[in-house]
Amino acid sequence: MAKPAQMTASRPSAPAEGGWARFKKNFPLHKYYYLLMIPGLATLLVFRYAPMAGIVVAFKDYRIVDGIFGSQWVGLRWFEMLFSNAQFTRVLFNTIYISLLKLLVGFPAPILLSIFINEISSVRYKKAIQTAVYLPHFISWVVIGGILVTILSPSVGILSLFHVTKNPLLDPSNFRWLVVLSDIWKEAGWGTVVYLAAITNVNTDLYEAATVDGANRFQRIIHITLPAISGTIAVMLILRTGSLLSAGFDQMYVLQTPATMDVGDVLDTFVYRYGLAQGRFSYAAAAGLFQSVVGLILVGLSNYITTKMGQDSVW
Amino acid sequence: MTAKLSFGEKVFEVLNRALLTAISIAMIYPFWHELCLSLSSGTQATRGGIFLLPREFTLSAYRQVMKNAFIWTSYANSIFCAAMTTLLGLLFTSMLAYGLSKKQVAGNRGLSFMVVFCMIFNGGLIPTYLVVYNLNLIDNLWALILMAMVTPYNTIIMKNFFSGMPAELEEAAFIDGAGPLRIFFTIILPLSKAVLATIGLWLAVASWNNFMGPLIYMNSRSNFTLPLYIRQVIDGQLLARTTGEGAQTAVESLVGATIIISVLPILCVYPFLQKYFVKGVMIGSVKG
Repeated sequence: MAKPAQMTASRPSAPAEGGWARFKKNFPLHKYYYLLMIPGLATLLVFRYAPMAGIVVAFKDYRIVDGIFGSQWVGLRWFEMLFSNAQFTRVLFNTIYISLLKLLVGFPAPILLSIFINEISSVRYKKAIQTAVYLPHFISWVVIGGILVTILSPSVGILSLFHVTKNPLLDPSNFRWLVVLSDIWKEAGWGTVVYLAAITNVNTDLYEAATVDGANRFQRIIHITLPAISGTIAVMLILRTGSLLSAGFDQMYVLQTPATMDVGDVLDTFVYRYGLAQGRFSYAAAAGLFQSVVGLILVGLSNYITTKMGQDSVW
Repeated sequence: MTAKLSFGEKVFEVLNRALLTAISIAMIYPFWHELCLSLSSGTQATRGGIFLLPREFTLSAYRQVMKNAFIWTSYANSIFCAAMTTLLGLLFTSMLAYGLSKKQVAGNRGLSFMVVFCMIFNGGLIPTYLVVYNLNLIDNLWALILMAMVTPYNTIIMKNFFSGMPAELEEAAFIDGAGPLRIFFTIILPLSKAVLATIGLWLAVASWNNFMGPLIYMNSRSNFTLPLYIRQVIDGQLLARTTGEGAQTAVESLVGATIIISVLPILCVYPFLQKYFVKGVMIGSVKG
């Protein structure tokens, strides 16, 4: 991303100047840039970095009255408790199961959809389709959850046509698939935006040349469109892998019912329930830390692998 | 692509259109179903099936929903949060992004990394809750606003946008003696309307739809926002049914009416502002 060669080349006259000297020289002018950055950086420090420091509660026995600093250190006690708890293992399994399903089925969905949309020749028709498929992205999971319950309901929903007697959302054997499918329904359309943007950057000469050479539509998709968006696909995949241990709080919280808790309880809702509903802050923070660290490792790893494979790094 | 379409290509075109039309209907119909349900009479609503139009049109569900004072409190809170998050968010995000786009400023790369790092690692729910708790912001709408206004993703997109602006724009003003603050507010910002519109809309929608935030940080009903209110109505469905409240209207119609009222602002502006929603992704995808 950065081009160090260019940056040094732009300052050939001052090779001996150290970083600090340059900083001092530029400060009278640059202080305004720092001034502009202060509110934004302060927000990030307070609401993103302070919580990172607050992770220590995962290694302490946190009690509100003692505060973060006054609470006692307990080392890895909470982690040992988590991994010896059958419910936590179950929750971990559910989380990985659901997000892997989402990755396998949900990740290719917008790619396919964008290729189909791109193949439409009429501009107005394309616009209409896009307007329709982007819509669910802008509606919250609470509302989608409510709509889903209604539309799948045996009394007021469309399933009443098929004489179904029980809402499939209450059936543990369907639940995970409904989670994945509803996620695709909500997000696949919006997911196409990135890929369509990448496709529009493709030089149309390529398509014309291929057509002249006798390539049919399918061959053009395979040999021109797909390679053109492979970089975007890689970046999206990297960003996606980091959330392998997060199945999406809003969706899971909204769709869960006592009947489907066994298959639908995931890390995010586990942390919420133990930490905030039951007040076991340290225990829940340990589960949350585990989630964050695994996410960080996965993003780093997949970025490393794709860089090795010749793609640009995400950062 | 001007060449005459072969038979196979024509078939493909027709099938492709049919498929995408079916997908589009699948995306829209659930909302239509909900709307029809909310406008149908109790007995007709519970017949179920596919709704082409409301059956036995009635506004009784809406009348009943609007009688509840709490929906208006929640509405006002949602509007307040969305407005403040958007305004302050745009201001602070653009200021931060502008600073970060200046490569010559010392420490720039470190600060940029600091922003990006927030995207790949976070302290998690509990430590964040404790920070908000220690700031005394629990059950205060400002907690939602302050937490949501500056996001790393929006900052990066704006930074890329500013980096892509020609340097000559500023140089002329700089030679005329304008300082960085003046250049930013009088030259850069007015030229950035496209990206500001996009990010502003994202912030507004994110705030409007934010469910986890209010669920965690708001306790009293007077501080509920719409998503939280809807959740309560949905959870209360069974209760309403057992107490026989609203016998004339199906409880599903009441939920439907609440949902429709709450998504109305989004549904109204969405078709007109759709292009702005999309634009930011395009800007962001051009990496600097």
